[in-house]
Amino acid sequence: MKGIITWALVVSALSLPTLAQAALPAETQVYSAGFIDAAGPVAAAQFEHFQTIISLMLIVVVPIFILVPWVLWRYRRGGRGAYRPDWDFNWGNEAVLWGVPIVLIIILSSALWAHTHKYDPYRPLGNDPLDIEVVSLDWKFLFIYPQQGIATLDYLALEQDRPIRLKLTSGTVMQSFMIPQLAGQIYTMAGMTTQLNLLADQEGEYLGRNTQYNGDGFATQSFRTAVMPKSQFDNWVIHTQKNTQTLDLATYEALLKPSIEHVPRYYGTVDAGLFNRVLARFTAGHAHADSTPAEVSQIREHHHPQNNPKGAEQ
Amino acid sequence: MSWETIFGQLGWDSLVFTGAIKHPSASEFVAFGAGSIVVLGAVAVVVLLTVMRWWGPLWRDWLTSVDHKKIGIMYIVIALVMFLRALIEAGVMRSQQLAAYDSAGYLSADHFGQLFTTHGTIMIFFVAMPFITGLMNYVMPLQIGARDVSFPLLNAISLMLTAAGAGLIMVSLVVGEFSTGGWSGYPPFTGIEFSPGEGVDYWIWSVTLASIGSTLTGLNFAVTLYKKRCPGMDMFRMPLFCWTTLCTSILMIFAMAPLTVATIMLALDRYAGFHFFTNGDGGNMMNFANLFWLFGHPEVYILLLPALGVWSEVVSTFVGKRIYGYTSLVYATMCIAVLSFGVWLHHFFTMGQSANVNAIFGIATMIIGIPTGVKVYDWILTMFRGRIRITTPMLFHINFLLTFVLGGMTGILLANPTVDFQVHNSLFLIAHFHNMIIPGVLFGMFAAVQYWFPKAFGFRLHEGWGKAAFWSLAPGFLLAFFPLYWLGMNGAPRRTVMWADPAFYPWLALAMLGAVLLLVGTVFLLVQIGVSIRQRRQLAVPLGDPWDGRSLEWSIPSPPPAWNFAVVPQVDGRDAFTEAKKNGQAYRSPAAYSDIEMPCNSMVAPLIGIFTFTLSFALVWHIWWLVVVSFIVVWGVVIARSFVAQTNEIIPASRIEAEHEAFLAAARATPGVTRDLEMSPQNRGKAAPDRLGQPGQKRPDDVLESAI
Repeated sequence: MKGIITWALVVSALSLPTLAQAALPAETQVYSAGFIDAAGPVAAAQFEHFQTIISLMLIVVVPIFILVPWVLWRYRRGGRGAYRPDWDFNWGNEAVLWGVPIVLIIILSSALWAHTHKYDPYRPLGNDPLDIEVVSLDWKFLFIYPQQGIATLDYLALEQDRPIRLKLTSGTVMQSFMIPQLAGQIYTMAGMTTQLNLLADQEGEYLGRNTQYNGDGFATQSFRTAVMPKSQFDNWVIHTQKNTQTLDLATYEALLKPSIEHVPRYYGTVDAGLFNRVLARFTAGHAHADSTPAEVSQIREHHHPQNNPKGAEQ
Repeated sequence: MSWETIFGQLGWDSLVFTGAIKHPSASEFVAFGAGSIVVLGAVAVVVLLTVMRWWGPLWRDWLTSVDHKKIGIMYIVIALVMFLRALIEAGVMRSQQLAAYDSAGYLSADHFGQLFTTHGTIMIFFVAMPFITGLMNYVMPLQIGARDVSFPLLNAISLMLTAAGAGLIMVSLVVGEFSTGGWSGYPPFTGIEFSPGEGVDYWIWSVTLASIGSTLTGLNFAVTLYKKRCPGMDMFRMPLFCWTTLCTSILMIFAMAPLTVATIMLALDRYAGFHFFTNGDGGNMMNFANLFWLFGHPEVYILLLPALGVWSEVVSTFVGKRIYGYTSLVYATMCIAVLSFGVWLHHFFTMGQSANVNAIFGIATMIIGIPTGVKVYDWILTMFRGRIRITTPMLFHINFLLTFVLGGMTGILLANPTVDFQVHNSLFLIAHFHNMIIPGVLFGMFAAVQYWFPKAFGFRLHEGWGKAAFWSLAPGFLLAFFPLYWLGMNGAPRRTVMWADPAFYPWLALAMLGAVLLLVGTVFLLVQIGVSIRQRRQLAVPLGDPWDGRSLEWSIPSPPPAWNFAVVPQVDGRDAFTEAKKNGQAYRSPAAYSDIEMPCNSMVAPLIGIFTFTLSFALVWHIWWLVVVSFIVVWGVVIARSFVAQTNEIIPASRIEAEHEAFLAAARATPGVTRDLEMSPQNRGKAAPDRLGQPGQKRPDDVLESAI
């Protein structure tokens, strides 16, 4: 349905010849898609809830689209409707006017309550989750697999049908992490962790991204999420573990420098506890435990070198 | 003395024109063009004022005036000028997104960031706010039978603070850059560490000036509504626009303060090395999010409620019928106002709080849907058993009823945390709030201008051009924003300077087409004003009642005299003027006239405006001597004012009597026109009663209409 409408519009309404060519997707490109094309139970339930609300809301919306044209026609100046300029109240109407929305909101509220708890991003989705630690940076995401001892940059491999438990923080400004086809978004904030539980039941590649504006590289801050069966995932882990690159504090500090990344990176080994050290950098009293003040100010100056330096006062 | 002592961080490179010369690019040329428009516009205004010798009248009759009517008009002029800028910015952003399919487009990412920030900041603080404030200023005192607001000078100061903020944001087009942090300015991105330039400072000070101005306005209007109602005007006899003004004023008093606090705290972070909202050292940006939305959510109702008041006035006037469910509408308005303080957290369901917290705020949000829904049905029932005239304001009203409920539906969707997790920060959200603000608030203000313009200027606006504007604005809105719902549901985030998904292209193209229609409709509105000024003789309605109005403002001449009411009216029910016309009480000479005491003009407000502008400009550029001087002058002016003994002037009864009796004589001598001739040159502003017989009886006109 979505595709048909889209292409009908592309071809008929716009008829831009170059567009048809441009629109042919490169084979490896992953495009944005929303919860309409859910690839996991959480996103599917979110879309289902979306549809439920719309159908309930039609109870109050549809009458308006019927009543307004009818009233306009019947009571237009010169129309057949009787003119009662002093009629301004009726208890029966009043009961319906307040009663129907109240009942409707009670129904919607109970659905909201249940759904909000059932699909709370913090709620585990099953036993033996795959743990992944996410650090949002300018303008890329770092994924650490503590159980596997590997890490990636801008590439998220997930095991199909296995609950995923993400623990997120930010090494920079606040961002919002989201893979629309799998689950909703959650903010990432420096010095704090948030959680997101999700499950992917369809093999495939999905686009994930930051949705909270964070500067010049925001528009392209996205990553490929690959959902693969267990065997393939295990192979991928072994393959990645063979990678000679190490993610340690020095590598991390280099990554703190804002950059737009086009190619994912893979780290075969990760310093244990790196995620906690990222967190600890912002904790009051323990701040920058492993950097001298001079180093810290250096890091800070590196943050946004593209900005106009004339206002830069530390 | 060094350059920095005198000019702070201001340098030749700060000028937007230098950038275009040094690093020529499309993006810089756009900035160059925008800066040039501001400079040329300012020069053109100065030349015009000089050539026409208007400086004196401008200063005497307008800038130093404390008349609520003139202040109201000046607010709306600011709103319209700023609207043009922010609308053009929206068009530029739309065209950038259209050009930026799988490429960089023509704007730099940084420039795009400034555009969406200024667009949002201007539309909220310098279009919607001055528009509603100007309207409330103009209409509310007239509707309650008052001669002015409670604190006329304070009113002028509020205006000048808003003007100073608007001036600052205009200057940022020429000197320096603006923030890229969005209208909500979330730290730590807007902190000194990540946004070291002057941009965020421009945002902080322009928003701070506007918010202080609005706080003062809220206090002023609330007191006016409590204390200045004419005899007999009980609270429950006030026109609904006054009720919505009261609720909005109360919201302003309580809601603007958290914003002022938040921006000042952010300023302390940036200027004085505090750590309220920084990443480390104990700062916490979540506090900013809470403070900002503690303002931000009531703010949307600050904007919406006056517009809902306008809709109530428009519908009952053009239907020629009492508003249905007055009491219901009042309680619904109060419910919305109170509830609006309990829902702010729905702007960040995604910040990681517990499901209980999210669910409670989600439900609170949905509850607001109840009174809002009641209002929509009340307006439909007002039209029911009425006699509907499809005038331009009514077209906007009907469009509002139909599109607003769709926006309400998407609002209920967004109130559900599970759905919000998906569409938060997406174009779906953009579509939702534009769906509420454009047909609800903006078109409400346009309808209000069509409706009250003849009151303010003594001639009607050209109906044909008004309808033309409607027929491009209404479809323009649908085309510009409904595609964004779809894009948001398909994972398109807001604020992207470029994108790569071919499926988005047709929808963005439709949105561009919508933006063009919105621009065209706005041009039609400007043409309408121009044409109406040229045809002002045919359109003149000096007798003050072109629409067979129902409330007190229609009982006085158009434009009204400085003192509004020659004799303070006495009312004994709702729809006071309709009742007076029905009972033959309208246009009667009062028993006696007496002297009227009116506030004198004062240069205090413009001086405060000028020096708060220099104060904030100096703060932005760290020109410390100017900060000190401006601060001293502002408070010096305030102190000096307290020594002025003569703040009121007496208008003699004889002058009032002469003017008012002349008006009454003309009104009595002129035959009223029926609603059939409402848009014809015969309409001089005296209405013929459009009602025969009593309700419940079969009346001659009913029979007549059935025959037709």
